[in-house]
Amino acid sequence: MDLGLFDHIDRNRRRSVVLIVVAVTFLIGLGAVLGRASGTTPWGGMAGAAVIGLVLALVSWFQGSSIVLATAGAEEVSRDEDPELVNVVEEMAIASGLPKPKVYMIETPAMNAFAAGMNPKEACVAVTRGLRQKLTREELQGVVAHEMAHIGNYDTRVMVLMAVIVGSVAILSDWYLRSMRFRHSGRGKGGGKGEGIVILIAILCAILAPLFAMLIQFAVSRQREYLADATGAAMTRNPGALADALEKLGGSGAKLDTANRGTQHMYIVNPFHLHQNWNTPFASHPPIDERIRRLRALEGKRAPRTA
Amino acid sequence: MGTLPRMMPLALGGGWIALIIVGILAVWFIALYNGLVRLKNIAKEAWAQIDVQLKRRHDLIPNLVETAKGYMKHEKETLERVIQARNAAVAVTADPSKGPAAVGAAENMLTGALRQFFALSESYPDLKANQNMLSLQEELTSTENRIAFSRQHYNDSVRRYNTALEQVPTNVVKSFGDFPPMEFFEIENAAEREVPKVSF
Repeated sequence: MDLGLFDHIDRNRRRSVVLIVVAVTFLIGLGAVLGRASGTTPWGGMAGAAVIGLVLALVSWFQGSSIVLATAGAEEVSRDEDPELVNVVEEMAIASGLPKPKVYMIETPAMNAFAAGMNPKEACVAVTRGLRQKLTREELQGVVAHEMAHIGNYDTRVMVLMAVIVGSVAILSDWYLRSMRFRHSGRGKGGGKGEGIVILIAILCAILAPLFAMLIQFAVSRQREYLADATGAAMTRNPGALADALEKLGGSGAKLDTANRGTQHMYIVNPFHLHQNWNTPFASHPPIDERIRRLRALEGKRAPRTA
Repeated sequence: MGTLPRMMPLALGGGWIALIIVGILAVWFIALYNGLVRLKNIAKEAWAQIDVQLKRRHDLIPNLVETAKGYMKHEKETLERVIQARNAAVAVTADPSKGPAAVGAAENMLTGALRQFFALSESYPDLKANQNMLSLQEELTSTENRIAFSRQHYNDSVRRYNTALEQVPTNVVKSFGDFPPMEFFEIENAAEREVPKVSF
C-alpha cells in the first residue's frame, strides 16, 4: 500500500516542529544574551523571557474564536439553509474523526475560507458566499478538508504560540534598548573593552531579533499551509479537487475587506494578496502555483481509497 | 568500620539514581500503554461511525422507493430487489454475531441494487424532476460519501493501531493489556469499490 501521502504529512509536521523549537530556543537565547549584557545574569534574562512568554500565552489562550467571527461578519448556517454545505462539513468531520465544527457564512463575493478554534471541540469553519457559489461540490469539499486539517493539526494553537514568541521577543528587545538609553546617559563609559563588545552584540541582537522572529513565524505559517493541503488531500483522497479550487481562488478578483493583518494567515489564501505568487520570507502563504503543483504531484502518489 | 560511613552516601546516591530511572521508565510505560488504548478506541469509535452511516442509508431507502413507485410502474423487479437488499442489510447490521465481512457483503449487495435502480431511473425524466426526488438527491449523495469516508477513517485508524502494535517500543507494552490486532473493512470485489454516482 503506497503511503507516500502520509509520509508527506509526517515530514511537514516534523519540519514545523523543528522551526518552533528553533523559535523558542531563540527567545530563551535572546533572554540570556540581554540578561548577560544588562548586568544581571543570563539566567535572569532567560527567566524574564519565559515569564513574558507565559503571560502572553495565557492572555491569547482564552480569546476564543468569537472575536474572529465577529470581525469577519460571519453568520452561522443551519442545515435547512444550506444542506449541501452542512453535509460537506459533516462528511469531512467523519473522514477526519474530528468533532463536527460549527459552519459559518460570510456574505461577500470574495472567495475565501477560514477555520478558527483553539481545540477541535470548539472549532468552526467559515466560507464566503463567493466561494460557495463558484466551487463545485468536490472543490468545496477540498477547501473544507483543508480548513478541518488546520483544526486537526492544532494550527491555531501553533500560530498563537508563534505570535506569543514574536511578541515576547519584541517586548524583550524593546525593554533592553530602552534601558540601554537610560544607562548610557546615566553613567560614563564604564567597564572594559570586553564589556563594550558584549553590549554591542546585545544591541545588535535586540534590533535584529524581532525581524528574525517574524521570519520564523512566517516560515512556520507557510509550512502549516502545505501541511493543511496534504492532510486535507489525505482526508478526501482527492488532491486534484483542492488543486482545482486553488486555481479558481487564484484567479478571482474580489477583495475581502474584513480581514486584517492579525488574521490574514488563517485564510486559505492570503486575503491581501489574492494573486500572491511571489515567494518571499515574509509571505504568510506559499505561492499558489507551488501549492497546486504539489497537490497535482500527490495525485500520482496518493494512497488508494480504503473504503 | 571506618569505611562504612564514607561508603553510605555513595550507596544512597546510587539508590536515588536507580529510583529516578525506574520512575522515568514507569512514566514512559504508562504513556505508551495509554497511547495504545487511545488508538484502539479511535478505531472502535470509527467502526461505530460506519454503523451510524449505514443505518442512515437504510432509513432513506423506503422513501426513495415510495417516490419512485409512482413513476417506475414497470420496474417492479428492480424496486423489489432494492427493498430486499435493504432489508437483508438491516438484518445483518442488527445481528451482533455478524462481523465486518458479513456486513460488508450485505452492504455491497445493497449498493449493487441501488446502482441498478439509478441506472434505470435515467429513463424516467418525470421522476428526475420530482421535488421529493431532488431533495433526496443531496441526501443520497451525502450518505454514500459518509459511508465511504467512515470506512476510510476506520481503515486508517486500524492501520495506525496495527502499526503501533508491531513497532518498537509499543509492541513491548501490548502484552500487558487486551490489544488484539483489528481487521480491515475490505471490499472483495474491485468493481464494487465504486460508490453509485447519483446524478440527475
